[in-house]
Amino acid sequence: MTLFTQRLRFIPWLPVYVAVYFLFLYLPILLLPVFSFNNAATTTFPLAGFTTKWYGTLAGNSVMMEAAWNSLIVGISVSLLSTILGICAARAITRYRFRGQRAATGFIMAPLFLPEIIVAVSLLMIVLAMGVELSLFTVILGQTVFCVPYAMSVLVSGFEGFDRSLEEASYDLGETAIGTFRRVTLPVVAPAIVSSLLVTFTISLDEFILAFFLSGTEPTLPVYIWGQLRFAAKLPGVLALGTIMLVASILMLTLAEILRRRTERRTQMAHMLP
Amino acid sequence: MTAAAFGAVAETPSPPRRRAWMRSEEARGLAMVSPTFLYALALLFLPVLIVIAYSFWTQNYLDIDRTFTLENYRQALTEPIYRDLFVRSLWISLTVSIVTVVFSYPVAWFISFHGGVHKNLWLFLVTVPCWTSYLLRVMSWKIILGYGGVMNTGLISMGLIDKPVTSLLYNSNAVVITLVHSWAAFAILPIYVSLQKVDRTLIEAARDLGDSRVRAFFRVTLPLSLPGVISAFLIVMIPTVGDYVTPRLVGGKDGVMIATAIQAQFGKGANWPLGAALSVTTMILVSLAAAAVVLALKFTVRRIK
Repeated sequence: MTLFTQRLRFIPWLPVYVAVYFLFLYLPILLLPVFSFNNAATTTFPLAGFTTKWYGTLAGNSVMMEAAWNSLIVGISVSLLSTILGICAARAITRYRFRGQRAATGFIMAPLFLPEIIVAVSLLMIVLAMGVELSLFTVILGQTVFCVPYAMSVLVSGFEGFDRSLEEASYDLGETAIGTFRRVTLPVVAPAIVSSLLVTFTISLDEFILAFFLSGTEPTLPVYIWGQLRFAAKLPGVLALGTIMLVASILMLTLAEILRRRTERRTQMAHMLP
Repeated sequence: MTAAAFGAVAETPSPPRRRAWMRSEEARGLAMVSPTFLYALALLFLPVLIVIAYSFWTQNYLDIDRTFTLENYRQALTEPIYRDLFVRSLWISLTVSIVTVVFSYPVAWFISFHGGVHKNLWLFLVTVPCWTSYLLRVMSWKIILGYGGVMNTGLISMGLIDKPVTSLLYNSNAVVITLVHSWAAFAILPIYVSLQKVDRTLIEAARDLGDSRVRAFFRVTLPLSLPGVISAFLIVMIPTVGDYVTPRLVGGKDGVMIATAIQAQFGKGANWPLGAALSVTTMILVSLAAAAVVLALKFTVRRIK
C-alpha cells in the first residue's frame, strides 16, 4: 500500500461528504444576500463593492408594497385557518380512536403527495365553475388545503406526548370541557400551536403556484417577483426583496423550532410528575 | 370515560345505546376530525373529480360540450409534442428522485448514527433551506449556473476552464440540479425516521457473526430502512413531475416539462378539457412509474439479502 492510499484511509469521508452536502444546500440561499448588497446591476464575480441602494429602491415601490400587504393578509388568514383545521385533526388523531382514522389522515395529508400544479388547476376549475371571482380569498382557500398537512404534522408531534390523565383529573374536579381545554390542555400545547402558525405563515408567504393561478389581479409577493424576473434591470431590487423574505422566513422557522422543542420538554415533564 | 363504563352502557336497549354512541370515543373522534376532513373533501377531492369529469368533455369556444369523449386523451397520448413532454417529465422526475435519495441517504445515516445529542439541530439545519422561498432558490441557481455566473467565474479563477461554459444553464441538467436541491430535506426526513427505528443490536449481531461493515449495511441496515427509502422516493418523484417554476426559469428550450403545457391550456390555449386530460394522464403515468420503481427496489433488496 502506498503512502497516498494510506493517507486516504484516514480522511473522515462521511463528515467531509456531509460538509459538502451542506455547502450545496446553503450556497444558493447565501448568494442572494451577497448580491443584494453588491454595487452592480449584474450578478457576477468579482463583487463591485458594498451598497444598500437596492434596499432603498424598495421603500418607494408602491406596487411592491401592495403585494407585500396582500401577502400579509393571505399569510395571516392561511395560518389561522390551517392551524384551526390542523388542531381539529391532530386532536382527533392523538386523543381518540375511531374507524377510518388512517384513511382520514391519509386523505388530509394527500396534498403533500400530489404535483402542486394539479392541485392548482383543479382548484382553479372548481372556483371558476362555481362562479367565484379570483381574489385573495381564493388564494387563502387554496393555500389552506396545502398548509393543513404541515400544520397537522407539527401539531401531532406536540399533542402526542400529552398526558390524558391531566384532563381526566380536571373533569373529575368539576371543570367543564371548555374550561379544561383553556386551563389544562392549552397551556401545555400552546407552543405547538404557535409553532404551527409560524410554519404555515412561512409556507404561505413563499408559496407561488397556487397564488399564481388563484390570485387574479391581486398579486402576492412571489407572484410580484415572478413578474419582475422578466426584466434583467430589476434583478437587484428583487434580490433585496428576496433577502428580506429569506431573513423573515428563517427567523420565523427558528422561533417555531424553539417553541416546538419547548412543547416536547413540557409534555415530557408532565409524564415525569408522580 | 373508561372502557368498562362504555361496555356497560352499550348493553342497554336501543335508544340509550344510540345516545351512548354519540358520547363514545368513536363519535367524538369523528366529530373532531370532520371539519378538516370536509374541508379537504370540498377543496381537494371535489376539484379532482371535476378535473376528471372535464377531461371527458369538449370545449366549443366559450361553451363546454358535455358529451362523453376520449378525444382529449387521444390527443394527450398521441400528439408528438405532449408525448415528448411526458417522456421528459417522467425521465427528469425519475432522475431527480434517484439522485436525491442516493445523495441524501448518507446524510440521513450520519445524523441517525453519528448525530449524538444534536440530532434535532441537524434535522433543523437540513430543513431550513427547503422552507425558504422556492422561487428565490430557483432564481439563485440561475445566478449560479449562468454564463457569467458563480460556477463559471469560479472554474475560470481556478484555471480549470479558460472561457465560460454555456452548457450549465437552460437544459435538463440544470432542472435536475435545481430540483435535487429543492427536495433534499423531503428525502432525508423519511429515511432518517426509518433509520431511527433500526434495531442497533441487529447490526452488532451481523458484525459479530462475521459480516464486514459494508455487508452488514447491505444485509441489515438497508433492508430495514427500505420503508423510509420508498416514501422518500414517492414524496420526491410524484410532485416533481408537475414542477412549473424550475423548467421555466432554468430549463430553457430543452428543459420544458408537462406543467408548462398544462398551464398553457388554462391561459392562452384556453382548452380546459385538454388541460384536464393532460393533468389526469400525468398523475396516472407518474403513479405507474412510481409503482414500478417501488417494486424494483423491493425486488433488488430482497435479492441482496
